[in-house]
Amino acid sequence: MAVVFEKPHALADITFHYCPGCTHGIIHRLVAEVMDELGIEGKTVGVCPVGCSVMAYDYFNCDMIEAAHGRAPAVATGVKRALPDNVVFTYQGDGDLAAIGTAETVHSATRGENITVIFVNNAIYGMTGGQMAPTTLPGQVTQTTPYGRDTNTAGYPVRVCEMLSTLSGVALAQRVAVDTVPHINEAKKAIKKAFQNQLDGKGFSIVEVLSTCPTNWGLTPVEALQWLRDNMMPYYPLGVYKDVEEGVKK
Amino acid sequence: MAGINMVFAGFGGQGILFTGKVCAYSGLMEEKEVSWLPSYGPEMRGGTANCSVCISDEPIGSPLVLTPDALIAMNIQSYDKFIGAVVPGGVAVVDSTLVDKKTDRDDIKAFYVPATQMANDLQLQGLANIILLGKLLKETGFASMEAVEKALAKCVPPRKQHLLEPNMRAIKAGMEA
Amino acid sequence: MKGNEALGEAALRAGCRHFFGYPITPQTELSAYLSKVMPKVGGTFLQAESEIAAINMVLGAASAGVRAMTSSSSPGISLKCEGISYIAGSDLPCVIVNVQRGGPGLGGIQPSQADYWQATRAPGHGDLHAIVFAPSTVQEMVDIVFRAFDKADEYRMPSMILADGMLGQMMEPVEFPEREVHKVEKPWATNGHKGERKHNIVNSLFLQPQQLEDKVKERFARYDLVKQNEVLAEEYLTEDADIVLVAYGASSRISRSAVNSAREKGIKAGLIRPITLWPFPEKNIQAACKTAKAFLTVEMSMGQMVDDVRLAVNGARPVYFYGRTGGIIPSPAEVLGQIEEISGGVK
Repeated sequence: MAVVFEKPHALADITFHYCPGCTHGIIHRLVAEVMDELGIEGKTVGVCPVGCSVMAYDYFNCDMIEAAHGRAPAVATGVKRALPDNVVFTYQGDGDLAAIGTAETVHSATRGENITVIFVNNAIYGMTGGQMAPTTLPGQVTQTTPYGRDTNTAGYPVRVCEMLSTLSGVALAQRVAVDTVPHINEAKKAIKKAFQNQLDGKGFSIVEVLSTCPTNWGLTPVEALQWLRDNMMPYYPLGVYKDVEEGVKK
Repeated sequence: MAGINMVFAGFGGQGILFTGKVCAYSGLMEEKEVSWLPSYGPEMRGGTANCSVCISDEPIGSPLVLTPDALIAMNIQSYDKFIGAVVPGGVAVVDSTLVDKKTDRDDIKAFYVPATQMANDLQLQGLANIILLGKLLKETGFASMEAVEKALAKCVPPRKQHLLEPNMRAIKAGMEA
Repeated sequence: MKGNEALGEAALRAGCRHFFGYPITPQTELSAYLSKVMPKVGGTFLQAESEIAAINMVLGAASAGVRAMTSSSSPGISLKCEGISYIAGSDLPCVIVNVQRGGPGLGGIQPSQADYWQATRAPGHGDLHAIVFAPSTVQEMVDIVFRAFDKADEYRMPSMILADGMLGQMMEPVEFPEREVHKVEKPWATNGHKGERKHNIVNSLFLQPQQLEDKVKERFARYDLVKQNEVLAEEYLTEDADIVLVAYGASSRISRSAVNSAREKGIKAGLIRPITLWPFPEKNIQAACKTAKAFLTVEMSMGQMVDDVRLAVNGARPVYFYGRTGGIIPSPAEVLGQIEEISGGVK
């Protein structure tokens, strides 16, 4: 019997701990498929964040490192400088990448570190039970913004791709979503490009993936996808914010 | 000579740290134990600068010299700060162009050398420090003349080796002062 | 050569090709030196955006299996504590240099030894240790850099070199002996499995308490080996000493001068100089209890190592303390005064 569908080799045969309806699973799969297609699992080193994907080191079959909260790009920098011929990626959430690790994110980007960053933005701190994230929308209710995010006191959400696209070290900054099949296909193309860029030595590549958190948003998985389309996409428009064909390295 | 502890003090930019380095290297050329410890921090930026130099036959304990056997002072502040700390029987060499004071201590040997004026007169601008080092060499014998010459060759950067000759002239001028 | 530069050159010769740092006085010459030479030997010198990033870059490079180093001074080390904890918790080797200055807070920039507790008790959160070395001369800094890398690799733990502003800034003659770089197999490194082994994971997260306890106990069994095998100390005139001084680093040099002066005055003084602060040379102290009538600990702090001296002496002899802090280096005369005072009391 012909096999028409199977788990990517780069994805471990382990049950994920993610909540029902969470899109981390899809994003993990896309990263693993890309590793398979590029044949790079054996030379890839992944760096996990602190957040919901903290245990992703068990889910990928490539070598993995668990970093401290926000420090994944610094750890990835250390690995890449030691092993320039290997492929190094980070997989980070919004709190990790855009709050506690902002400095590491911005400076690895502006150095043009030749690494790949997968940034999962679900506008909330999931693992700790649903607190305000740097990407929580104005008015959005969370455990620590019980009256909705008041921009007068809690400030405005960070648009990461827009911000990083101003930096000369960034080769690719693209925002995608995984709410529909066409969007998933597009997301995979972007992730593949972000890895290919690294193989080609083009410099810092980041793919921001808009993701859902049905559990902490208090919605069903289907409602969550609709909420993402209705609320997140207007504030975080999908698209390519920066794509330097010739790369940023001289 | 079992050992000698020295302090070199003045303004940043007078070559105080360099003078100390030449002195320490001179000891090294004679295979003595030596140490050179600079003051550091904001005070280096145009303010006072000083360094401690030890030359000894024995391993050096504290490299920080609080009571020097020999002192070079190139400004009033340094003179005021260190002249009282020189050990009885010690030597002080003072740039009298810049310091218009004389100590009333009679238990130390104080020498007043108008080094900055001499440097100008002898076309040795910027080498007042080395003139004073020459005087210190004569009065303490911290090393041999040959060792000082070798030390200067080491301390003057390769691209500035043409400055070696004026440096040696400065040493000699100091010894004769 | 300046102490800081000697540290840099020694690291290169010990096979370190990856340095990550952030500028802070009084350790800057180390970074400056390596920024000059690393590119010439194909190594990495990276000025990080923060102390935190620098230590995490070290974590990454160490995970990749290479010898990595960072250096800082007291306030910067506080920022690195997070990373040091993760490095210890992930069983990674690396070398961290602390050229101590006065604290707390921004403190000052003059030499100090007030980070002893931090280095030996809590270089980060959790149950952990770093091997802590305390050189006292520029030459010893060089020798210790080699040892620090070797021992870090051997025991898979961070090594810390606890220097101070005086040792970092001073110049002394130094020789670089020809030494072979110890190559240690690192089968645990995350450097790509190449399809030849299971994937490696470098991690400090263990959510099951039993699993975490087992992991910590395994690490402490290794720490026990370090305690058994890696203690270093130098003794000076202790055989017949009535008063034994205990001091490390810069203050040990001042103490040595004071011991010499005391001997000239007919007081039998000696010096124990711990070269490793963790593990602490408690056996040397205990052995000295047999002849010594009293101990005097001298530090550039309000009294930190004196705790370890008291623990080792365990009440058998009086333990006195003399220290200056805030960046003030005690003078040999001050220490001699203390020796004379104690000597008067114990006769």
